[in-house]
This record gives sequence, structure tokens and C-alpha cells, in this order.
Amino acid sequence: MAEAALDTSMMQISDEVAIQIADMNKWYGTFHVLRDINMTVNRGERIVICGPSGSGKSTLIRCINRLEEHQQGRIVVDGTELTSDLKNIDKVRSEVGMVFQHFNLFPHLTILENLTLAPIWVRKTPKREAEEVAMHYLRKVKIPEQANKYPGQLSGGQQQRVAIARSLCMKPRIMLFDEPTSALDPEMIKEVLDTMIELAQEGMTMLCVTHEMGFAQAVANRVIFMDQGQIVEQNEPKEFFNNPKSERTKLFLSQILGH
Amino acid sequence: MTIQSTPDFVRNTMIAPMEPPASQRGAVKWARENLFSSVMNSVLTVLGLLALFLLIRGILPWLMNGVWNANSLAECRAIVAANAGEGASGACWAMIRERWHQFLFGFYPADAYWRPVLAFALLFVALAPILFSGIRRSILWMIGIVSVCLLLALVGVDGHALTIGLAMLLMAALIGVVLFAPHRLIWFTALYPAIAFFLLWGGSVWAPVVAMAGFAVMVLVYQVLLPRLGVVMATALGFVAACLWWLFLQTSVSTTIDGILPFGLPSVDSDQFGGFLLAFVIGVTAIAASLPIGILLALGRRSDMFLIKTLSVGFIEFIRGVPLITMLFTASLLLQYFLPPRTNFDLILRVIILVTLFASAYIAEVIRGGLAALPRGQYEAADALGLDYWKAQRLIIMPQALKIAIPGIVSSFIGLFKDTTLVAFVGLLDPLKGVTQVVRADINWKGIYWEPYIFVGLIFFLICFGMSRYSMYLERKLKTDHR
Repeated sequence: MAEAALDTSMMQISDEVAIQIADMNKWYGTFHVLRDINMTVNRGERIVICGPSGSGKSTLIRCINRLEEHQQGRIVVDGTELTSDLKNIDKVRSEVGMVFQHFNLFPHLTILENLTLAPIWVRKTPKREAEEVAMHYLRKVKIPEQANKYPGQLSGGQQQRVAIARSLCMKPRIMLFDEPTSALDPEMIKEVLDTMIELAQEGMTMLCVTHEMGFAQAVANRVIFMDQGQIVEQNEPKEFFNNPKSERTKLFLSQILGH
Repeated sequence: MTIQSTPDFVRNTMIAPMEPPASQRGAVKWARENLFSSVMNSVLTVLGLLALFLLIRGILPWLMNGVWNANSLAECRAIVAANAGEGASGACWAMIRERWHQFLFGFYPADAYWRPVLAFALLFVALAPILFSGIRRSILWMIGIVSVCLLLALVGVDGHALTIGLAMLLMAALIGVVLFAPHRLIWFTALYPAIAFFLLWGGSVWAPVVAMAGFAVMVLVYQVLLPRLGVVMATALGFVAACLWWLFLQTSVSTTIDGILPFGLPSVDSDQFGGFLLAFVIGVTAIAASLPIGILLALGRRSDMFLIKTLSVGFIEFIRGVPLITMLFTASLLLQYFLPPRTNFDLILRVIILVTLFASAYIAEVIRGGLAALPRGQYEAADALGLDYWKAQRLIIMPQALKIAIPGIVSSFIGLFKDTTLVAFVGLLDPLKGVTQVVRADINWKGIYWEPYIFVGLIFFLICFGMSRYSMYLERKLKTDHR
């Protein structure tokens, strides 16, 4: 892929901490799904999380905007700790954008309404201004001509780009991607990845659960490998792919890169 | 054109399109495919046509011999015998000609028929912005048609030039509102309950005005408390404030104002209501009130909060487990025991409350079905964007869940409207049993059987069929996902 030649010098990572997770544990009923997670994400970092299915990677990023509740430990996002306090949760959610595997656009609203809904109702932006911002981001993801269609009329790749634009309209400081390309046809994956790469170049803090290893090598400054609810290994992409330390990582990489 | 044996072939004349063979087009094709596609189907078609023929042969003479001008059933029969020979049967529509007003209004005073007629017409004006939200042309059409019908109906029932003139002026004003400020029409919808109450029951105009002021109190309290206490507490306290207003201030305030500025219509007692007027008062109020209550119950049933969930489930299961008639008897007899002595709690109001509760339990389950059909991703997307619970429900979840539930909701409404005839059991004059019994008790019409039921059934059918067609229109209009 072309992103191998990507200029990463623009992507500044500051010392400021964006997300801090300390000694975090989570159970689904009696099943211990996340075990002793410790991680720090600095502003501007681009992290790819990978691992076999059921390893807890989606659950981990869903804990960051409290779509899932953790039972032990601390999660601090942008200086706000996630507790059962609804005010804090809403504050974190309006700072953190999320893109889902199945897009989750609102099918009863047009693309433009999908994009302006949260800015109008959560940020209290005037409608006209919200629409201008929405059109700006639609141009950015290269589908401004679809503004008045409904999600059902768009292709999967277009829908996912709309979903990214919808998150961006809230001007988030952190973006979470939960397998954004897993539900897409191969030829649509590239258009979504291109959008994400562009976002990375602008310095967005990104956490991305994905199996797109090309994307990881080109964009990420850190790859985290998870298995059985634990962080097994993390490293810079070059080291991670060329010189994995743990046996589990080697096995995983041989399976996904071996053909 | 024959296939050339040599590989090179050039067509020099194009073939113009031709009609398919005679047996493959038009009525012949249709009949072949749908009526006579096999021996079995041909036999069934012939048998079906025979049955239809026998049915029509049985009914048609009865309908054709129908009599519209007579003063009693005996006279009807005499006319039929004179016209069609001895032993012929014929419908006696003359009864409807003479008693139609009782089927429509019960014992409502005849000189005040214009009031329910006007209220009925205004009902459609009030519904227009809800039924056709945002489509100004449809709203205008609806109000226009209603105005014409209202004019004809008022001329038919009354003829007071003053009332007709005022009513037409009101309709013109409403059309003006639609033309110049279409979004304001929803205010008329909000005020409609008070207007309808005043028109139907009469009395001092200040009673409904002060009652409406209770809602203003609710909104005021809500607005003041909202920034401090949040949506739920502000709504609850607003509701409490409005209840206090209605319980303790309503009567004294309205009598005081009425003492200063007396204005009103002659009051009509609840037991004078009957026929379709009664069916509509109960049906429309219960339909309008059961939808929001049903939504809240459905949300309550899916809530994470144990107490709210238990209360909702308990309420829904209890109401659904009890026949409506039981509830109506509760309304007419038992409720009186639980109220303070000498409270005069109108029977129609009591019936409305219990019918509403009954319908809302069913609506809640229908809406719960719609909620369950929504993918979890919709909730998650709403959460992830930072929408709070009520905003997510209002903007994302409910519009989709209600759309899915439209067929079920309208079914419930149709059922509810037809169930209003059950109020006959608590002594109210419903159109089917109540009024028909009254008519047949008359010595002139004793023995008449089919005609009143056909008449009432036809009106019920028209209304329910209308609701059903509207729900299909709404489904088409809201269909945005699979185009």
C-alpha cells in the first residue's frame, strides 16, 4: 500500500496524557474479560490494538467512553475520571468520537441530519452553523453530494466515512475505531483507511482495533497485542512485526500474515 | 428470420415491436393465470362465482325494496308489499331517516347539535398538523374539506345564521394560520382538548381556561427547576404543581373569574351524551392519552431501575390480565367507594381514564416490540455521541421504534375505538347496543333488526378503514431505510 511512504514527521506526539488506564479489571458476569489493564496514551498517539477474537480488545476501547462499565481500577480520559457519575460520562463522550464496525448511522435521518444531530442537541450549536461544519467534514471524507440521501442509499464504505464525519462534527480530541473496516468489501476498505490516515496526519489521538496490518505499519506509533483479556505485548510497529517477543504474538502474526 | 448458415450476417431491416399473442395479454391472460390455471382452480372459481351469485340474489331484493319514507315499521312493510308484491322483503331505512340524530348524538339537546358538530370538525383541524406534519398542502386540503363538510353539516342540523357565520369565520382564521404561520397550528392542537370540552359540556368558559392554566403552571415550574434538578425531577415537580393547581385552585379561581366576567354555553350533562358522540369522546381521548402513557410504560419495562421496571411490568400484566368490562364496572361502581364522599366524578371521565389505562398497557407491549427490534448499535451510537437518555429516546430510538410499531399501534387504536361500544354495560348510550335498544323500544320500530346494525357497522367500518389506510400511508412516508 502507498501509506508505507507516509511522512510521519508531521505527527507530533506531545507529553500531555490523553488517556490513562490503571489496574483496570472488567467482568461479564463471572467471566473475567479484561485483566489488569495498564496503559497510557499521549495526545497525538496513534495506537493499533490487535489480537484474536474474544481477546477483549473491543471491550477495552468501549470502556474508554463507558459503553462498557469497568469494575475495578481507574480510567481517566482528558483529565476526567470515568465513574458512575453521569455528568462525567457525558463529558467524556462528547470529547471522544467513536466509529463502529457496523457504522450505526441513524437510518431514519438524512446524512446531513445524522451529522448535525449531536452538535445541535449536545453542543447547542445553531442549526446553520452545524450544517456548515457538517458539509465541511462531508467534503473532507469526499461525499458532500450525498448530504440529503438516507444511509440506506449509500455503500458500506460511504456509510463508514459518514460515520467518521459524524464523529468529527463533535470536534472530538480522541477517536476510537472499533474494527472500522471489518464489515466492508475489500475495495471499500481503502477509502475508509485513506480517511483514517488523513485524520492521523492531522494529529488526532487515535485508538484503533483493526486487523489491517498495513495500516498499523504505516500509521501507528504503537501496536498493542492482546490475548485472553490481557496486554501481551506492545511495541513500535517495526519491532512488533519484525521481531515479536512473545510466543503468542509470533503465532498470531504467523497466522494473519502467513498466507 | 432464418439463421444464416454462413458465419457472416448483417441485419438490414429492424423488427418493430409486436403485440404478444391474444391469449397472452389483457383480461384473457389475467383470467387464465388467476382463475383457470388448473382444473382444480377452475372448479373453485365456478363455485366461488356461484356462491357470490346466490349471496347477491338473496340480499339484492332486500336492498332494492328499501323504503326511506315511512313513519313506522308496519308502514314500511305495507309499502314494500305494495311495491314488490306480498311476501317480498325490504329494508326499512326510514328508521334511520327518523332516528339518525340519536345514533350520532344520543340525547344531546337538539338545539345544541352544532356544538358536537363543530367540535368534530375542529378535531380534524387539530389532528392535521400531527397527521401530516410539515406537509402544508395536505393540511390545507384537509382543513378545506373539513370546512365544506362543516358548513353542510351545520346547515343540516341547525341553521342559525350566527353560529354558521362564526364557525366559518373560525375555519377561515385557521386556514389563515396555516397559510401564514404553519408551525403555529400545533398550538391549536394543544388547546383543542379545552375547546372540545367547552363545546361539548358547555358551562362557564373559565373552567377549561383555568384547567389549561394548570399546564402553564407545569411548564413554568419545569423551566425554573430544569437547570437545577434535571429533566426527570423537574417534570415530576411540574406535574405535582399542576395537580395541586387543579385540586385546590381550579374551582375557586374559575368561579371568581366567572363572577367578574360571566361567559359560557348552556351546560349539557354527561348522561345526555350518546351514540357516536360518546364513542368519539371516549375513543379519541383514550387514543390520544394512551400513546404517551404507553411509551413511558414501554420504557419503564426496559429500564435498568428495579422499582420502575417492577411497577411497569406489574401494571401492564395486571391490566392485560383483566377483561375490559371488569375495568368498566370498576369505573362505574367501585371507584366511587374509594373517592371521598360526595365527590362528583363524572362517569364518562371515569370510563375514559380506565379505557386509557387499558389501552396504554397494550400500546406499551406493542412499542416494546418496536424497541426490541432496534439493533443495539443505535443505542450505542447515540450514547457515544453524548446524547443523554431522554434525548436519545426522543431523537433516535422512539422515531424508529414507533415506525416499526405503527401497524400494531394502529391495530390497538382500532380495537380500542370499537371497544368503546362496551360502555353499554355500565349504562352509557353507545351507538351499537345503547341507541339501538332505545330505538327498538319505540312501538313504531319494534322488531326492526338488521338496519340499525348495518348503519352503525358501516360508520364503524368507515372510521376504522380510514385509520388503517392512514397507517399504510404513514408507513410508506416513513420508509427511508431500504430504498
